[in-house]
This record gives sequence, C-alpha cells and structure tokens, in this order.
Amino acid sequence: MNFDLSEEQQILVDSVAKFVQNDSPVERFRKLRDTERGWDPTTWARLGEFGWLGVAFPEEHGGFGGRFVDLALILEQLGRGLVAEPLIPSVVLAGGLLSKLGSEAQIERFLSPMIEGRTSLALAYGERQSRYTVNDCQTRAEKRGAGWALSGDKTWVLNGHAADQILVLARTSGDSLDANGLSLFLVDGDAEGLERIRVPGMDGQRSALLRLRGVEVGADRLLGEEGRALPHVEWALDRAAAAACAEGQGEIQELFDRTVAYLKQRSQFGVPIGSFQALQHRAADMYAETELCRSTMILAAIAADYEDTEKRQSEISAAKLQLSRGGWFVQENAIQLFGGIGVTDEQDEGLFFKRLRVLQGLFGDADWHVTRYQGLRGFGAED
Amino acid sequence: MDLSVSPEQVAFRQEVRQWIQNALPAGIKAKAAGGGHFEHEEQMEWHKILYAKGWVAPHWPEEVGGTGWDIGKRHIFGEELVRANTPQLSPFGLMMVGPLLIQFGTPEQKQRFLPKILSGDEVWCQGYSEPNAGSDLASLQLRAEKDGDDYILNGQKTWTTYAQHADWIFLLARTDASGKKQDGITFILADLENTPGITVKPFLTTGGTDAFSETWFQNARVPQSNRVGPEHGGWTMAKALLAHERTGIGGIAESKRWLQLCKRIARETPVGKSTLFDDRSFRERIARLEMRLRSLELLQLRTLAAAQVGRAPGPESSILKLVGTEIQQESTELCMDAMGHDALGWLDSPPDALPAIEQGVASSFNYLRAATIYGGSNEIQRNIIAKQILRLPTA
Repeated sequence: MNFDLSEEQQILVDSVAKFVQNDSPVERFRKLRDTERGWDPTTWARLGEFGWLGVAFPEEHGGFGGRFVDLALILEQLGRGLVAEPLIPSVVLAGGLLSKLGSEAQIERFLSPMIEGRTSLALAYGERQSRYTVNDCQTRAEKRGAGWALSGDKTWVLNGHAADQILVLARTSGDSLDANGLSLFLVDGDAEGLERIRVPGMDGQRSALLRLRGVEVGADRLLGEEGRALPHVEWALDRAAAAACAEGQGEIQELFDRTVAYLKQRSQFGVPIGSFQALQHRAADMYAETELCRSTMILAAIAADYEDTEKRQSEISAAKLQLSRGGWFVQENAIQLFGGIGVTDEQDEGLFFKRLRVLQGLFGDADWHVTRYQGLRGFGAED
Repeated sequence: MDLSVSPEQVAFRQEVRQWIQNALPAGIKAKAAGGGHFEHEEQMEWHKILYAKGWVAPHWPEEVGGTGWDIGKRHIFGEELVRANTPQLSPFGLMMVGPLLIQFGTPEQKQRFLPKILSGDEVWCQGYSEPNAGSDLASLQLRAEKDGDDYILNGQKTWTTYAQHADWIFLLARTDASGKKQDGITFILADLENTPGITVKPFLTTGGTDAFSETWFQNARVPQSNRVGPEHGGWTMAKALLAHERTGIGGIAESKRWLQLCKRIARETPVGKSTLFDDRSFRERIARLEMRLRSLELLQLRTLAAAQVGRAPGPESSILKLVGTEIQQESTELCMDAMGHDALGWLDSPPDALPAIEQGVASSFNYLRAATIYGGSNEIQRNIIAKQILRLPTA
C-alpha cells in the first residue's frame, strides 16, 4: 500500500500546475465564460500536444498506457484554475467508451484525433425524464437500410454544443426503462436532422440540448454490441464520477487555501479574523473535510480501473458522497468566511463554488450514490 | 501510488482469518458472536494469545517485537480482528507508552519495560488529567520533588482509565513551577502495585461501568531513572504520546464493529412481515455512515503510510481523532435507533427482554460520549489544527 506519487507522477503534477499558473489562471476562464463555445480549441490542442488527453488510453490507441489515476492527478490541477476545456465529456466519457468498445477503424478515426486535441467528443445519455436512471431512455434508433435513424431528445449533454462527434445512447429494442436494448451510436456534430441548442450552465460552462429527428447513421457508426450498451455507459459514468471527485479536489483545495490566507489577512476589531476561535474551528473542520475528500478522491481514481464492478462502485460512491458532503462543507464555509465579498461575481471564490456544485450534481448526486451503495451485495452480506 | 491487492496479501488474509478462528478460546468466541462486551480478564487472555503468536504489536519496529508487516498487512490484520469481533486490547502500553519509549526511552528503559508490555505481564494506565487540569493540561499540579535518586510525588490524577487493572502508570508531574507552565513538566513512570502512597479509586460512568479512576499520590517515591526524556521536558513527551494515541483513538476499527452490529440488529428486528434491514431509509442511514467511515479509513492509511514505523505521526492525526470519535458516537447512536423500544434496556436487563447482542449497546452509547472529550477534546483538536497546521494567528 503506497500513497506516494511516483517520480513520473510528480513531474506530471508539477507540469500541469505550472501550466495552470502561467497559461490558465482563473482570468482565462473569466474570458471564456463569455464566449459561445466556452472553451478554447487552441488550448485544447496544446493539452493534446502535452499528451495529457491520452495518459489513460492504451498505447495502441494513441495514448500513453497510463492509469486512470494519472488522469485524475491532471484533472485535480486543472480544477485549481477552473480550466474549462472538456476533459470529462471528451476524454473520460466518450473517449473512455470509444477506447473500450470501438472497432479498430472507429478508434483510428474518432479517438486518435481527439487524443491529439484536434477534435472533441461528447456523450448524450440523459433525457428530460431520466434524472440519473440511464436506462430511462426514450430516444430510439430504428433500422434504416444498412444503417440506423435516430430520433429523440437528449439533455445536459456536456460539450454537446461543440463536439465533433457525439455518442448517442438510443433504444434499439424493448421499452423505456428496460436494461437491455440500449445501443450507442457515433453521430457527427453537424449531422442532418440534429439540432443542437447551446445551454449555458451555472458554472459558466456549456452543455447542449439535442433534438434528433431521424438522424441517419451508417452501420459502421454503431459502437459496441447492439442492445448491450447499458453496463458500459454505467462504467463510463462511474469513471466520470471519479473524475468529478478529482477535478473537484482541485477546487476544494483552492477554496480552502484561499480561505485560510484570507483569515490571516483580513482584519476586523483591530485583529486578523483568523485569530477568532469560532472561525479557527470552522477552518479546522474545513481542513478535515478537505483531507477526507483527498483520501477518497485517490481511492476513487484507483478504483476507476477495477474490473470488479461491485468494488468499483462501492469506492466511487463513497468518494462521490464525500465530494458532496465534505466538499459542500468547505465551499459553503469558504463563502461565509469571506463575508460579503464572497458573494460578488468579481471575487473568484464564487466561481469555484458554482463549479463544485455542478460537479456534485453530475453522474449521480449524494442521495443517488447512497441508494446505490446500500443496494450493493457487499453492504448487505452477512460476513 | 499503489493500492492493489497482491496474491501474497490474499494468502495473508486467509492465514490470519484461519488462525483467529483456531486461536480464539471458546468462551471469547461465544461472546464475540453474541455482540461482545469483554471484561479485562478476557482482554488479557486474548492479549497473551496474540503475544505468543508474535502478533500483539504489529505497529512496533521489528527489532523490539513488531511483526515487520507493511501498512497493507497491518491493515488486513486489523480488518480480520474486527471481522471476528475479538476483544480489543488495552491501548495504554501497546499504543501509547510503548511507542513513546521506543522513540525516547533509554536502552535500559526499553529493556525493562517493552518486553512486559508485549507479553501483557504489565498493564499500564495513563496519569494526565487532574481535577483542575483538563483541556488546559499544562496547568497540572501533581508535584515531583527530587530527593536523592528519587522523585517524591504528591497530588491527584483523575480519569485514569482502568487504573484498577493496571500495574504501572505513566504520568506528567510538575518539576518546576517558576517559568512557563509547559516548561516545568516531567514524564515519569510509576509502579502502581509496589509504591507505597498511591491510592486508586474507580468510579462509575454514565455507561454503568467503572472505566475511570481517581488516583492519589501521597509522598510516593519513584526512582529518577523512571523519567522518560529530559527533566522539564515532559510536555514534548506528552505531545508525542498524544500523537501516537490519536491515530488509534479515532476508533475506526471500533466503528466498524458498531456498524457490523447495527446491521445484525437491523436484520434481527422484525418490522411487520420484513425486517428493519429491509427498510431502505434505515439502510441508507447505515450506508452514509459506512461510506464516511471509509473516507476516514483511507485518511488513516495515508497517515500511517506517511509516518515511519515507530516515529510519531504529525498533527494531522488530530483529524483522525476529531472525525473518528464523531463517527464512533454516531455509530452507537445508530445502534440505539436500530433497537427501537429495546433501547429502554440496560446492562442487567434479562435476555428474554433484551437480546444478547443488544446488551452492551446502551452502556457504550453512554460511555462513548466521552470519546469526543478524552485524548484532548475535539475542540482542543481543532485548536491544534488551527495553530500547528493552518498557522492561524493567536488572539
């Protein structure tokens, strides 16, 4: 059991931290949030050049054969600068599924350019009525000639507004809510019959509402086995939850560090407010929660590579709960301790606060993960 | 970073599990199956069995009787003890004064004391708090005056946990009252059994057991060779020992036992045609606590992995104490909730009225209110974090 970073990991962390500090401080995000796309293709290409988009993919797919935890370490550092380039939707969700299920041709055509930062991807799984139930899918794909025609609406598609290709989850058989009969299709962002409505989010990032009206794709655009997509999408969402914990850790740490610095600097009643015990104790509790978040974040990142589904889900759900519970404690108290200026848009803390709240609600919120956890075999087992 | 489970670890877990099953005496095994509220004698019986196997102090360096296991194996060992619900050993020798002696003791002291801590031939207790020195521990007043080669001790200690079972006490005494209060304290070991002038008087807690004692010293004579660390250097010793104490005081293993018990109670509690364990809202309460405990367990592993064997962990261990004791309390609260109307019962309720596995719950639920108070109250832990880690200014 070893929690230390390897030499390579330390070098990676240092270089991402340096990138955030020099090239992507929060000011860059402030400019991007006013743009249509919300992120910058030139920066995306640089991330690709650095190799950061490929760390977790096998070498034969154009990646670096690393483990998910390496990607998590990158995400954590990027979180400290609120880097808005779409790593979670493009690399973790869509990229992960392509790498796992894609044919050689699909990988070469769609995954490798993304790893190089030349294109970006998205995964469309959620629908108006589905909340976190992935199999609650009403979008349908019907056979048309040798290929398929897709119809339905998808909501909150992260990076759906900008992606070159979108993996769309659609029902090829069965009724909505059936676990079987779901399939994934690779749809071009500019496909005929696809309307993309850009949706601005609380965190200053963008997602999309997709309307598919008989979007035709060839047989070569089916990803993986027909009708068997559900467990794979759930696998990808688990990894995305682990990724949310990793990015969130960057934001939690940043909020915590900024708060402690502010407690030392801000004076009231003629003394630094950090000398007041009521605030010291709150800061101590924030420290505890930050460290608990870090512990589970590491565990979730390692568990993301577990083959044992039950173990993976158990650890990732624990981490996601801690992100919601402990992370929330840090973010709400950060704003409280900053006082009035904490709720101004001018101050960066609010930006971190909002991004964290979005991450907490993505890929299963706290309640959803608790419900899933209590249903795991290991929870109820008499041992 | 590597948390993978090796085939060697799988085999090790199997070995430990098998050994525990074979080694647990029948009486203890029966009690463990029934919920497990163990007496001192049973604790020591199990201590000696572990000692004979060489497994009583896995966290000690190998050269003084540790097992040489890495963090991973130690963790597996701990998990298996919890799983079998074995008696928990007295922490004062193994977890507290032992590691301190390993860190600061003279070769003679190590030679004299460590083997008997390991063997269980000598049981220890802690003499820190006094009636007027609780959270403000440094204001303690028990005096140690030099007389020839001895110290003469006069004063009173309180909250000396299980002093009635102990052979030795480690204590903090005032050796200088002239300067800063932290600078006049000395760490001393005293033979409780054979030193005239020491009186131990246990008292009942709200848990209904005599877990704590008051201990009086009246011209009690102790050789100066029983001092650990330099004269007036006791505060440093106290802090180092507290850091050792805090890594265990979080009670992660205990909380796991409580959650295990809570599930058992819920399974055996009928609600209409099903059981309490089939009630999703109750399961989710257990789940939330179990998931939080998992976060803390990982933090503990990170802390242990960062600290070298035998070296005192840093102030980060305050988090373990702070969060761990809160979870410990919550887990007993949850057991009480699981019991429903059975929570009216008490230690001596007849088994027909109160099932055996629930027998000790109310007592521990009450006793463990002390968990957020002892070992440096949780408010003191927050002060430590604020000052020593966050470096926040003092008022």
